[in-house]
Amino acid sequence: MNSAPALTRQHILDLLENVKDPEVPVISVRELGVLRDVEMSDGKVFVTITPTYTGCPAMDTMREDIVKELHNAGIMDVEVKQILSPSWTTDWISDAGKAKLKAYGIAPPEKTADIRALKGELPVVPCPQCGSKDTVMVSAFGSTACKALWKCNTCLEPFDQFKCL
Amino acid sequence: MKMTQQEALFQYCLRRGDDNLILSHRLSEWCGHGPQLEEDIALTNRALDLIGQARNYLQYAGEVEGKGRSEDDLAYMRKERDFVNVKLVELHNGDYAYTMARNFLYDAWHLPLQQALMKSADTQLAAIAGKAVKEVTYQLKTSADWMIRFGDGTEESHQRAQTALHALWTYTGELFTTDEVEAVLQKAGIVPDMAPIKAAFDAKVDAVLAEATLKRPADGFMMSGGRQGKHSEHMGFLLAEMQYLQRAYPGATW
Repeated sequence: MNSAPALTRQHILDLLENVKDPEVPVISVRELGVLRDVEMSDGKVFVTITPTYTGCPAMDTMREDIVKELHNAGIMDVEVKQILSPSWTTDWISDAGKAKLKAYGIAPPEKTADIRALKGELPVVPCPQCGSKDTVMVSAFGSTACKALWKCNTCLEPFDQFKCL
Repeated sequence: MKMTQQEALFQYCLRRGDDNLILSHRLSEWCGHGPQLEEDIALTNRALDLIGQARNYLQYAGEVEGKGRSEDDLAYMRKERDFVNVKLVELHNGDYAYTMARNFLYDAWHLPLQQALMKSADTQLAAIAGKAVKEVTYQLKTSADWMIRFGDGTEESHQRAQTALHALWTYTGELFTTDEVEAVLQKAGIVPDMAPIKAAFDAKVDAVLAEATLKRPADGFMMSGGRQGKHSEHMGFLLAEMQYLQRAYPGATW
């Protein structure tokens, strides 16, 4: 019997690139900053994730999708651990991830250094459709825990904004 | 017999978990009934944040207790007398001003409490707080905005907000009362002294109500009993609905 080629951490990271946010299926758990670590010990794979929002129902789906993805690749001994600290911030969304959000029609979050939205001042959020800066917040809460609802006064389209956290 | 630190920590996690769980359930009742779509979404989003925090606390409570009870066991299989939330969160929803005034009073207490818990000697409580504090900041901003909008709005919105504050004020005292649970944990640096939290609550409430042109009700008789499992007449109905599925079909999953 041939022994299987040794599994590398990079191989697992590549596989996990296929696990997307179920609510925003263009961005991977790594690009989102939810995937915190991958470790291997005695042939067992430990994947560490952290929630975006504490109540986000997508977390359970992401956890199941990670296990499924690795099982499909023949990696059966998988444990997904969840940590709360350090707590997730939108700064962990990669630049490539932010570009994908924008292309998907979601205004990406600004940097937390520019945390005006949380402090009461509204940030300038350019419309992801037409780029206009003449936009207005319709609701501080949106279709998922991580988003707020905005409207563009130029192209008149509504859009989601990924809240800065 | 003196309470051990483990018993106190279990009770403390239940208190934090139950406050969030019961308020979350009340807010979820607004789903499909909000005065406008955006507000409907806002309240259910807030309910989701609170249930996430409740999950963290009840999971940890189960762990600390060490008897193998899960977050679901604690949420769905306990009796009314075993719930230790404050009465404020179990009250009916009232009108929109009443719901928002309750959210505001809760948030004005919850934010400084969570900020202080970030420095807890218990790393799990500190981690839960570090996560929650971001969400609660956002929630307090929203509920404070609504108090100002109601108070400084029309005659009717002002009057409804003021009526709500008067009705709810007697339930705020319980947020700050402490007993042996806090005493044991405070000695170990696990939970904060409530005096600075009360001061932060007072300052926030005064500032927002002043801007809203609303009057702060006078402190008088304050309700109590929730922390000891003695609840109002609203609680049984709430639990009947919240626990129905797990009571009728124990262990049901989807």
